Amino acid sequence: MIIKGSVKKGAYSDSVSLMAAAKRVCAMPGVLDAALVMGTRENKSILQSSGMMLPVLEGASDADLVVSIKAESAAVADAVIRDIEKHLKDSPAKPGSGSARSSVRSLDGALKVMPDANLALISVAGRYAGAEARSALERGLNVMIFSDNVTVEEEIVLKQEAASKGLFVMGPDCGTALINGVPLGFANAVRRGPIGIVAASGTGLQEVSCICSNLGQGISQAIGTGGRDVKKEVGGIMFVGGIRALAADPDTRVLLLVSKPPHKDVLQKISLAVKEAKKPVVSVFLGSKEVMPGVFAARTLEEAAHAAAAIASGTNAAAPNAALVARMKTDKDLVKKLALALDGKKNRRFLRALYSGGTFASEALVMMRDAADVFAPGSVHANIALEPFNKLEDSWKSREHTVIDLGEDEFTVGRPHPMIDYTLRNRKIIEEAASPETALLLLDVVLGYGSHPDPSSEIAPVIREACRSVPVICAVTGTDADPQGRARTIMELRAAGAVVTESNAHACSLAIELIRTIENVQ
Amino acid sequence: MSNKGLFSEKLKIVNIGLRSFKETLDVSGAESIHVEWKPPVGITADAAKILAGSRVRIEEANLKAAAIINGGSPKLVGMGSAIDVVPGMQKNLILHAGPPVSWERMCGPMRGAVMGALVYEGFAKTPEDAGSLAASGKIRFEPCHEHQAVGPMAGIISASMPVFIVRNETHGNLSFCTQNEGLGKVLRYGAYAPEVIEHLRWMEKTLYPVLKNALVSTGPLDLKALIAQALHMGDEVHNRNRAATSLFYRAIAPHIVRTAPDTGTAVRVLDFINGNDHFFLNLSMAASKAVLDPASGIESSSVVTVMARNGTDFGIKLSGTGGEWFTGEAPVPDALFFAGFTREDANPDIGDSAITETGGLGGFAIAASPAIVKFVGGRAEDAISYTMQMYEITASESPAYQIPGLDFRGTPTGIDAVKVVQKGVMPFIDTGVAHKKPGVGQVGAGVLSAPEEPFRKAVEGLAARLAGNK
Repeated sequence: MIIKGSVKKGAYSDSVSLMAAAKRVCAMPGVLDAALVMGTRENKSILQSSGMMLPVLEGASDADLVVSIKAESAAVADAVIRDIEKHLKDSPAKPGSGSARSSVRSLDGALKVMPDANLALISVAGRYAGAEARSALERGLNVMIFSDNVTVEEEIVLKQEAASKGLFVMGPDCGTALINGVPLGFANAVRRGPIGIVAASGTGLQEVSCICSNLGQGISQAIGTGGRDVKKEVGGIMFVGGIRALAADPDTRVLLLVSKPPHKDVLQKISLAVKEAKKPVVSVFLGSKEVMPGVFAARTLEEAAHAAAAIASGTNAAAPNAALVARMKTDKDLVKKLALALDGKKNRRFLRALYSGGTFASEALVMMRDAADVFAPGSVHANIALEPFNKLEDSWKSREHTVIDLGEDEFTVGRPHPMIDYTLRNRKIIEEAASPETALLLLDVVLGYGSHPDPSSEIAPVIREACRSVPVICAVTGTDADPQGRARTIMELRAAGAVVTESNAHACSLAIELIRTIENVQ
Repeated sequence: MSNKGLFSEKLKIVNIGLRSFKETLDVSGAESIHVEWKPPVGITADAAKILAGSRVRIEEANLKAAAIINGGSPKLVGMGSAIDVVPGMQKNLILHAGPPVSWERMCGPMRGAVMGALVYEGFAKTPEDAGSLAASGKIRFEPCHEHQAVGPMAGIISASMPVFIVRNETHGNLSFCTQNEGLGKVLRYGAYAPEVIEHLRWMEKTLYPVLKNALVSTGPLDLKALIAQALHMGDEVHNRNRAATSLFYRAIAPHIVRTAPDTGTAVRVLDFINGNDHFFLNLSMAASKAVLDPASGIESSSVVTVMARNGTDFGIKLSGTGGEWFTGEAPVPDALFFAGFTREDANPDIGDSAITETGGLGGFAIAASPAIVKFVGGRAEDAISYTMQMYEITASESPAYQIPGLDFRGTPTGIDAVKVVQKGVMPFIDTGVAHKKPGVGQVGAGVLSAPEEPFRKAVEGLAARLAGNK
């Protein structure tokens, strides 16, 4: 075994392209591990801790490409490095679609080609994102910042500046938005219609927009704010701004607000904006007990989407939902069946949730908190904080009932997001299924632009294996217009043995009922 | 926040970062443009803040500098001996390319050229003696750029060497450059063999008087018009000067025939110019120097007025930072090597010829010169791409120098060091490559991006001045 490396000066590439290239290289015969990263301090320390660092790589800077290859022989490593260099040489400056566009190196350069651009979608490394956003605002563009690791101070300055100019700053850490029907970042192909969404949670936005669309309703605009917007420091600048913009938008008839519980000062501002909006409003502030006057406060994302869709189609949001009522009946039978299958495996008592969507992990925990008769506070653990549950000391080690968000930093450093790369989650699914304590696996699969192009090909074989030991309940978020196809994905996951639901809330309620049944039986 | 019109407008998106988002936008049919983003050059947070706060002031100053560069009118007005015409020239002074450098730190080819020049001046009998003399401290070394002059590759100018005199008619300032020696074993690439010295003597005794007399007969030659035409004919007047040399030949030939002492001499001089495609390079350099010099000294301006290499360091000067040099290690160019040579033989980048890029020519105008595209990796498209990227870091476009293939768009002119640093887009230079040992000569030709370090230092230097001025 040998580790070889090289530094390509000034050969900058974005992280997603590099991770894709690393995956390709790892699959080559004789290659044991491969790292293709920009030479930032963080990346070099990752190489150090993974044993892939070499003295020749130490001098690399942020703009230099670092390649480190662990291979069976020096010959293989050299050949791989040569192959990578050749690929790099071939790939940049491939004009094709008109040479002027290929050479655009900055926002200003882009504005020379497209002078009437009105939105900048920024996904560069966090420490550079603020500066790019600032220059976009200065030039009169709205901004969506996909990047995280932008400081809260910077976020406040940007949002205040934008507000004074009547511009949007969605994010930082805004994973998704739908503006004028265009999906931005990780978003789904949903119908257009009268429901306007403001969301401080990316997966939450995807879930409610997909459910509305699947119910035959549609989305006018979906504005992402980034999760920090509703905290005290930022003060809901974008969340409140989004509500006002939708209030003024003639194509929006119903407002749907999605967030974790906002800070009380922010809630007050939201409340005022809602009152002034003079349009029906549905809110889902996962885990919040506060109720705004005149607002339909839903407990789950699914309930919120159903309520908004009901209002949009002219019915009462509070009226009993026939479809959901009917579902409760069939759920009972299903839970009974699943519990029966577990009968005799007395140690299998615990729920293990492995999520790729962060909001889904929160929603699961909130629903578990509401089922206090089933889940004692001391028996639930998660890698995200939600009172009164325990935060796991080691996210890699499940304890009793465990809910994991695989999109958290400890899992994503140097790796693509779990909605793109299923490798890590698949490994954990097998592990959890093999654990004698696991009673059921709770999963999500998120479709749409930006996600894995064919998730069922990745996860279905693993589900099939897990189902031999435990029930697997999996929620699918997406629409039939998404590139992956919702109906097809559901069919393939069911064929693998999973219980597939069309919302995370439904999956969670099945999971909770199953645990309740097991506990009662024992 | 009341978003004025986004919901009623057609969404037009600039995608900065992940290329996969651009692909998503394409699939969904949205109108978008992708930015080939790179991290900026790292400068101190203080400097970044000062520069951001002074943006308007800097841009106004840069427009002023660019107007001076673009308004320049370089004319070839005559010739003279360096000792007679170059300001500050002295017998024991050797001018060299790039930023200041001591004999101890000088690279091989520059040492070779210094040794050759000392033999040529009669200060030493052998190159070995010349080396000892150079090291003795009796000879002074200063950059050409400090004497209104420029020199290709080693850029050596000694007292007896004849120089062209270019005057910028707009501002009245002069610039100077030696006559081009041709290719092969030549002093500027560090060769000092007896035939190299012999050729320099011929240039002094025969070529120089003939050209000098002919130039009296032609009157001032408009170099700006000549370069503009050459760009239309496939030159970028740094690495390709074939069209410009031909145009110069057409202008001067009748006057040489008319003024030369005899037909034989006229023929030898004309054959020499005709046989040397790079003859015009020294004139394009002097023309660039003449238009850039008056643009220096504009307070707050981040426009680059000098970009030069001595084979050890790469140095630049900004209009707004006085006479200060900002330097960094000179990189080795990516090159196509002559048979028998490899990258191992190459000396780091050398020469004042990057003054052409500084003036919006050379690598910045390479889209006009598809014929030399083999040095940049093969395709005409690449040459266009390089020029297009340079528009990102310049303060203006030349009104005179145009690129036919870009619908006669003016070349990117007036490098803005702040833009270079902020965008991480480095100036693109095409150049010749010298052997790293003295006495060998040229081994190839190629291209390179300027190193980051001088630009980082220069921009921080400008920020320090801006802070002081507040």
